[in-house]
Amino acid sequence: MSWLDIGSLSDIPERGARIVKTAVGCVAVFRTAEDEVFATTDRCPHKGGPLSEGIVHGKSVTCPLHNWVFSLETGEAQGADDGHIRTYPVSVQDGRILMDVSDLSKLSAA
Amino acid sequence: MTKKLIVIGAGMASGRALEHLLAEDPSWDVTLFNAEPRGNYDRIMLSPVLAGDKTYQDIVIHDDDWYAENKVTCRFGEKIVSIDRAAKTVTADNGEVLAYDKLLFGTGSNPFIIPLPGHDLEGVIAYRDLEDTERMMSLQEGQKAVVIGGGLLGLEAAAGMALRGVDVTVVHIMGHLMERQLDEAAGYLLRKALTDKGITVKCSANSKEIVGEDGKVKALMLDDGTELPCDLLVMAVGIRPNVGLAQESNLAVGRGIQVDDQMVTSDENILAVGECVEHDGQVFGLVAPLYDQAKIVAKTLQGEDATYVQKSLSTKLKVTGCDLFSAGDFADGEGREDIVFRDPARGVYRRLVIEENKIIGAVFYGDTSDSAWFFGLLKDGTDISDMRDTLIFGPAYQGGAAADPMAAVAALPDDAEICGCNGISKGTIVEAINNGATDLAAIRATTKASASCGTCTGLVEQVLGATLGDDFVIPAAQSVCGCTDLSHEDVRRLIKSQELKSQAAVWQELGWTTPNGCHVCRPAINYYLLADWPVEYQDDPQSRFVNERKHANIQKDGTFSVVPRMWGGITTPNELRAIADAADKYNVPTVKVTGGQRIDLLGVKGEDLPAIWYDLNQAGMVSGHAYSKGLRTVKTCVGSDHCRFGTQDSTGLGVKLEKLLWGSWTPHKVKLGVSGCPRNCAEATCKDVGIVCVDSGYEVSVAGAAGMDVKETELLAKVPTEEEAIEVTTAFIQIYRENAKYLDRGYKWVAKVGLDWVKEQVVDDLEQRKALVDRFELSQSIYRKDPWAEHAQPEKARTYAPMADLTLEAAE
Ligand code: SRM
Ligand SMILES: Cc1cc2nc3c(=O)[nH]c(=O)nc-3n(C[C@H](O)[C@H](O)[C@H](O)COP(=O)(O)OP(=O)(O)OC[C@H]3O[C@@H](n4cnc5c(N)ncnc54)[C@H](O)[C@@H]3O)c2cc1C
Ligand code: SF4
Ligand code: FES
Repeated sequence: MSWLDIGSLSDIPERGARIVKTAVGCVAVFRTAEDEVFATTDRCPHKGGPLSEGIVHGKSVTCPLHNWVFSLETGEAQGADDGHIRTYPVSVQDGRILMDVSDLSKLSAA
Repeated sequence: MTKKLIVIGAGMASGRALEHLLAEDPSWDVTLFNAEPRGNYDRIMLSPVLAGDKTYQDIVIHDDDWYAENKVTCRFGEKIVSIDRAAKTVTADNGEVLAYDKLLFGTGSNPFIIPLPGHDLEGVIAYRDLEDTERMMSLQEGQKAVVIGGGLLGLEAAAGMALRGVDVTVVHIMGHLMERQLDEAAGYLLRKALTDKGITVKCSANSKEIVGEDGKVKALMLDDGTELPCDLLVMAVGIRPNVGLAQESNLAVGRGIQVDDQMVTSDENILAVGECVEHDGQVFGLVAPLYDQAKIVAKTLQGEDATYVQKSLSTKLKVTGCDLFSAGDFADGEGREDIVFRDPARGVYRRLVIEENKIIGAVFYGDTSDSAWFFGLLKDGTDISDMRDTLIFGPAYQGGAAADPMAAVAALPDDAEICGCNGISKGTIVEAINNGATDLAAIRATTKASASCGTCTGLVEQVLGATLGDDFVIPAAQSVCGCTDLSHEDVRRLIKSQELKSQAAVWQELGWTTPNGCHVCRPAINYYLLADWPVEYQDDPQSRFVNERKHANIQKDGTFSVVPRMWGGITTPNELRAIADAADKYNVPTVKVTGGQRIDLLGVKGEDLPAIWYDLNQAGMVSGHAYSKGLRTVKTCVGSDHCRFGTQDSTGLGVKLEKLLWGSWTPHKVKLGVSGCPRNCAEATCKDVGIVCVDSGYEVSVAGAAGMDVKETELLAKVPTEEEAIEVTTAFIQIYRENAKYLDRGYKWVAKVGLDWVKEQVVDDLEQRKALVDRFELSQSIYRKDPWAEHAQPEKARTYAPMADLTLEAAE
């Protein structure tokens, strides 16, 4: 694993998200009401909606374009919709957000 | 051979350590120093002493006899001021030097005092020891106290003083009380209970300065300018391990005195126990872990093997009537699920946090009777998969009761207003039922409840259901979403009648089954709260659809469209130039004239939004709210200024209306049209409000549509003056704002309540019309402002950019 400090927890609003640009596209970094942090791809598998712009509720996000709901933990679409988004390891230490970028570079190498 | 042990600090931790040590080997020669002029007492019990339930005598742990029996040399009221580790001696504050074989730190913590201006005034105290407690007890009935800090200690101090008739205000910097132990829902319930005890609670409040007079505290000033007068100010904002002496002696110190699993410091002859230590990165603030440490430290001193292991902790608040319990971890972490149970009638809230089929966190409020059982499951890491469905109900309910959909209505007090139109309370309806009215028609006939606009019908039916039990079958109304059984109309009315002013209040009092709603209910609740309590409630951008959060329409490719306002469709060469410049500068692919008489810049990149807004602002343009459930456009025709048929200044009236109404949030979008004559070139008669000018004045009509449905407006009123036309329009929009279901366009809502009812309120009842206009103005005092200007400020603009750009790193 290769952890990189991508910013502070307070950079993301509670129940909100910010994006991180990477070589393989934008990664959405979410913060829940309980200050948990999750990272997923920013692209909705349905029609490419920017997930970072969705409403965050519990540990899920609703895509802003057509309301598909994804679990931030597993990346699975909820309910009747069928789809999956990639998730990336992140952690919070002393208020800083660390993201494991080894996966991202592996992807870019592939 | 007797060994010499010197103990620094006669607190609860070192006291327990001595009990263990001397029980095993009474031959130790112990000298016990304490800065406080007394021995070991139960510090936890200072709160019951303050509350008058106990006296100091009741809470002494080791009295003179105990020290004598155990041959402990007591040096109370004396401090150790330095240590010579090489010589293995300590120096007391009277200069005396004593030798030790082993030295034990038990120096506890120091209360943290925020260095506000005035913090050293007389009458500013912490809450740590007997002196502080006695100072609080010396306040007379009717005197005022301010407590800074809404944590465990602050609230116990506040409750204790309030019991003595002191007028107490708690000032807390975070959004809810005890945020370290409680989630928002439990924090909300706690606040409510304390308010009921007469304590004033201010959350999200920043202290700025302590104001004094003749060296004595007089008031606390907040940074919003509020001044809270007080005779005593208690700061309970946290503790810091007391490490000064250890630091001066060059022991390893982090946040606390660092110890290993045997409680030995970086010097093999010096040990430490209690709140002054740091073990494995942790510091401590509750007695349970200190008592575990005390056992280990005694064993280590005896030369026996023992290892300190940290355990899960739980917290209870010692305030009568506030039953709360919290344990483990309910924040920070991945792979977790929630089970939430709320009973609004009993004020009960329970939440379990589950990870890998184990309970890892629990918060209970109102009913903590089963907390020990849950804490057991948590500590033991029991697999709960088998009892998952009924787990939340506790050990007695394995098999379980389901949540009661009528709980919210059953919980209402008798004086809660059910029917807003006729001012009918729950009590009146219940009385009517008891007198034989057993269906909706009978209730309408005898009480008038639900007989006017009808939006309270659902609630009246629920009162019937709750009162008659199985004898009344409640027709199923569609609920807002899966998070609740209540309909939009019920929720709206309950928010008003129960004065629910925060999301946390709605979730709890109305028995929501999720911690913070979903994408369906949250935008609706956010709207209802801001419409009903414009001053008290703070709009929550995170509960809004992206367009309203980013103040632009999201496009299919993730870019945005930008539509500046053109008041009444009027523009100027300068504005057009600025729009053209912006289109060039930000590479806008499409510039389009909209159906709403203004210009749309389509395809702007999210990152560019604050900059393009800034540029448009500079040219005097503001957000057109083309994205909002709020006021959109006011379409006008050229009117009497130019047109040969124009009867009144329709353009002027349109501009006036748009300038008055812009920025307001509404259940769905609101569009207006003003035409100068019945030829109706502004298409006013298919708008939410359409005004058609005639020779004798203005025909104000409402409830039109030209979207998915096409519907002509219906006449609301004919009025002689422009002023009245504006007043009637404003009152109509306000009554729509206050009553409609979220996402009901005006015409849908009017069809539900009937135009006659709307006319009664807005046209016939002049007092009501004026009150509606006043309430609209109050709300506009907060919302009539340009969100673009706000978001173009550097602080907000930052959030439109990515938080990090790793493409740069990856390129390396
Ligand atoms: C830009 C514009 C079309 C145009 O190029 O002219 C437009 C564009 C959109 N309209 Fe519209 N409507 C536009 C005038 C209209 C009109 C005509 C009017 O206002 O006179 C109507 C019919 C009148 C009415 O509202 O009754 C209209 C009826 C709708 C509806 C159906 C509403 C309904 O209650 O039936 C929707 C869907 C909705 O709001 O849920 C909609 C939704 C939309 C959305 C916001 C779709 C969306 O959610 O993304 C489109 C946004 C495009 C964008 O990114 O900017 N638009 N839309 C017009 C902007 C007017 C403005 O200056 O603000
Ligand atoms: C009002 C109140 C309510 C509380 N309620 C609870 C509760 O409900 N549950 C719970 O688990 N915990 C509670 N606590 C916390 C609990 O009381 C502490 O965790 C515990 O008392 C800490 O014990 P200690 O021995 O480490 O330190 P202390 O009890 O603070 O003892 C340290 C002693 O060392 C002395 N000292 C410091 N430096 C020197 C020096 N250089 N020379 C000589 N002496 C020195 C100090 O004067 C002090 O008397 C409460 C605390 C307070 C103040
Ligand atoms: S009619 Fe309106 S909503 Fe439909 S495509 Fe055109 S702009 Fe979009
Ligand atoms: S693009 Fe996400 S739901 Fe359609």
